[in-house]
Amino acid sequence: MSTFRHKLIENSIYGLLYFCFALIILFLVIISFYIFKNSAGTLSLSFIFEYPRNGMTEGGIFPIIIGTCFVTIISAIFAIPIGISGAIYLNEYAKKSFFTNIIRLSIRNLAAVPSIVYGLFGLAIFVKTLNLGTCVLSAGLTLGLLTLPTIITASEEALKNVPAAYREGALALGLTKWQVLRTNVIPVAVPGIITGIILSISRALGETAPILFTGAAFYIPHLSLNVLDQFMALPYHLYIMSTQHHDISGVRGIAYSTAAILILITLILNIIASTIRYRYRNAFK
Amino acid sequence: MPLNNKEKGNLMNKTILKSDHFTFQYGNKVAIEDISLNINLKKITSIIGPSGCGKSTYLRSFNRMNELIGNVSHSGNIFFHNEDIYDSNIDVVDLRTKIGMVFQKPNPFPKSIKENILYGPKLHGEKNKSTLSDIVEYYLKKVYLWDEVKDKLNESAFSISGGQQQRLCIARALAVHPEVLLMDEPCSALDPIATLRIEDLMRELSSEVTIMIVTHNMQQAARISDFTAFFNTDESRIGRLIEFGLTKDIFTNPKKQDTTNYITGRFG
Repeated sequence: MSTFRHKLIENSIYGLLYFCFALIILFLVIISFYIFKNSAGTLSLSFIFEYPRNGMTEGGIFPIIIGTCFVTIISAIFAIPIGISGAIYLNEYAKKSFFTNIIRLSIRNLAAVPSIVYGLFGLAIFVKTLNLGTCVLSAGLTLGLLTLPTIITASEEALKNVPAAYREGALALGLTKWQVLRTNVIPVAVPGIITGIILSISRALGETAPILFTGAAFYIPHLSLNVLDQFMALPYHLYIMSTQHHDISGVRGIAYSTAAILILITLILNIIASTIRYRYRNAFK
Repeated sequence: MPLNNKEKGNLMNKTILKSDHFTFQYGNKVAIEDISLNINLKKITSIIGPSGCGKSTYLRSFNRMNELIGNVSHSGNIFFHNEDIYDSNIDVVDLRTKIGMVFQKPNPFPKSIKENILYGPKLHGEKNKSTLSDIVEYYLKKVYLWDEVKDKLNESAFSISGGQQQRLCIARALAVHPEVLLMDEPCSALDPIATLRIEDLMRELSSEVTIMIVTHNMQQAARISDFTAFFNTDESRIGRLIEFGLTKDIFTNPKKQDTTNYITGRFG
C-alpha cells in the first residue's frame, strides 16, 4: 500500500515535470518552425549580404545586420569593463553594510526596469543633455546601461562561487588582495562572468525600445561606421516591416527573414558562450 | 617518563613566536581568552583540545587570517621575533610570507602541479626560467612528491590523490621561504598512510622551519610534536589554554585534571 503510494507520487511528479519540459520544447519548435517556414523564399545568402532596394520591398538586410552588430559592440565596450569592475568592488571590497545591501538590491531591480524607460533615459541623458544626438554612440550607451545590471549580478554571483579556499590559500602565501584576485579568483569566475555578459548582450541585441529614440533610423541608404551617425538595427527593422511599412503584406517574407536572422545571431552568441564556458570549466578539473 | 634537565634544555632553545595575554573575539563572542605561550624555534608545537575550544582561531591569529572575516577584535599581543604582529607598522602581506599556512582540506589551486608550486615565487617576482624549474624540482623533492609527479608536472593539481595534494600544498607554502608553518588539521581529510607520510615530512621539515599544528588526533600530537598546548572551553564557551609543556610531560605526566581527562579519552 505504502509502496504503491510512493510510486504514485514519484510517477506523478515525474509526469508533471516531463509535461512542463515538453511544453517548453513544443513552443520553441513551433515558433522556430513558423518563422523559418514563412521566411522560406526570402532567406538566403544574398539576403544577408545585400542592401535593401525599392523602398525596402526587395534586397537584403546587410546594413541592418552590421548596424545591430555595431551598436552591440559599442554597448559591450561600455558595459563589460564597468560591469565587471562594479561586481569586483561589490563582492570583494565593499564592506557588508545596510548601505551596500541597498545598492545591491537596487542593481537587481534595475534589471527589471522596462526597456522603454531606459530608452527615455538615454534620450534625456545621452541625446539631449550630453548633446550626442541620435546616433550609434547614444544607442550603444543606452543599451549598455540596460545590460549593466545583468552583467554586475552575474559577475558577482560568479565571484561569490569561487571557493574560499582559493582566496585563503593564496593570501596565506603572502600575496596582496589584488594579486590574489587577478591570478586566482577572477580567472576562476570567468566562465560565469562570460555567461552573464553574453546572456545580457543577446537580450540587448533584440531590444527595440532603448534604441528607438536614441539612434535607430527607419531607413539609411548607405552604411556608415561613424559612431555619431544614425543606424538601422534588426529589431527596429522587424518592427517597421511588420507594422510601419507602406506595403506590410508585400514585405512579410522580409520581416520573417529578419526575425530568423535575429534568432540565428542570438543562437550563435549563445553557442559561443557555451563553448567558452565549457573550455574554461575543463581547463583544470 | 619525564625528561631530565639536559633534554629539556635542548628543547627549550629560542623563542620565535610569543603570545602575551592574547584574546580574540568575533563580534561580541570571545573565542579565546588570555593565552600566553612561547613557541620555540624549529620545533613542532601541537595544539590539542575538544571541538570549539578555539584552536584554529588561535592558529589563524599568527598570520592574521582571522581578520578576513571582518568584525573581529583582539587584545594582548603576539610577537614574532619580538615584533608585535598586530602593530600598525606591520605589513600583513609580508607577515604571511614569513608565516605560511597549510589548511585542513588540501586546497590546490585550479592550475597545473608546476604552477601551484610557482604561484608564490612568481608573484613575488621570480622570473628566471631555470630558477623557476629548479624551484619546482627542489620543493617537490622536499615533500617527497617529485618521483610521483615528475612526469605530469603540467597536469591539473586535482588529478593527484588527496595526500599528494596536501604535500603539494605544503611544498607550495615552503616555496615562499616561510620561517613558520601553521598547519590547521592538515591530515584530517587524509587516509592513515597519507597521514603518516605527512607526519614524517613534518619531522623532517622541523629542522628548517618552526611548525605549529592544530590536531584532533592525540596520537599524532604525541608522535610528532616537541611541545603540546592543551586548550579547553570554560563554562561560558570561551577557549582557554589549560596546560602547555613538553609533549612528553603533557602525555605522561599532565598537571591538570582536565588534561588527564582529555588525553585518556574521557571527553572530547
